[in-house]
Amino acid sequence: MDRIPILTMGQFLLVTIQVDMHDRLAMALQDDLTTRITTSRAKGVLIDISSLEIVDSFIGRMLGNISSMARVLGAEAVVVGMQPAVAITLVELGLSLDGVHTALDVEKGMQLLRRYIGAEFEESLSDVDDPEN
Amino acid sequence: MSTILKTEKLDVSEEQHIVAVRQAVRRLALEIKLSLVDQTKIVTAASELARNLLIYGGGGEVILRTLSAGIRHGLKVEFIDEGPGIEDLELALRDGFTSGGGMGLGLGGAKRLVNEFEIDSAPGRGTRIGITRWK
Ligand SMILES: Nc1ncnc2c1ncn2[C@@H]1O[C@H](COP(=O)(O)OP(=O)(O)OP(=O)(O)O)[C@@H](O)[C@H]1O
Ligand SMILES: [Mg+2]
Repeated sequence: MDRIPILTMGQFLLVTIQVDMHDRLAMALQDDLTTRITTSRAKGVLIDISSLEIVDSFIGRMLGNISSMARVLGAEAVVVGMQPAVAITLVELGLSLDGVHTALDVEKGMQLLRRYIGAEFEESLSDVDDPEN
Repeated sequence: MSTILKTEKLDVSEEQHIVAVRQAVRRLALEIKLSLVDQTKIVTAASELARNLLIYGGGGEVILRTLSAGIRHGLKVEFIDEGPGIEDLELALRDGFTSGGGMGLGLGGAKRLVNEFEIDSAPGRGTRIGITRWK
């Protein structure tokens, strides 16, 4: 069975969905991403869906699952590049994608991820007692 | 009344066929020059109904028709299975109702995404759903 490739970019993982995914392929991506977040200790996942022509309830659920699993594993996921027609349809379908971060494009998605990670980094710094003080 | 310009049939008996349904609906929607948003809506509705047909109906047939009514063109897609049927249609159409592990959005959502929605189903008789989007 073919699979959607997952690229590593520093502490982020990048997935670009370029095919009309059948359901099992979407499930496989969900599993592969979960495994990769763990093995690579990635802090962020960027999912580029700019080539996706539709998001139905199945794909929507997959995006939601990936987001919650990433969070459980200490990472954040951002879905980028949703086409306007897809976004309009999604709302009418009734899918709210609660808990899924979205951004306009890969660039903006990266900024968002850096911000999340930066915030976390600062938090962990303030937890540590600086020995020089 | 409308006249049929073209009819196509697809068999849906495995998951890959849902992708084939989406692609056929997209192709015919383009043919009758539906707007991009309307194409997206009917393809999404068809994806939901094809999956229901496979999962709950045990597979079946999808019939696609392009229609002409005066200067208007339309695309009608029918989903026909001989599965267990739906006992309570009102309940099944309600957002959030699922008898499986879904989100219960498919039926109600598909109805909102099209101009015409017909459903005929009874326990033991299977299910027939028709959706139409007009230009
Ligand atoms: N072709 C069918 N034959 C028999 N029952 C069906 C059929 N289509 C839908 N149903 C019933 O209607 C219910 C609601 O369908 P709907 O598509 O709205 O939700 P779902 O498939 O359960 O979840 P989702 O589509 O959000 O993943 C289904 O759970 C199922 O019980
Ligand atoms: Mg469904």
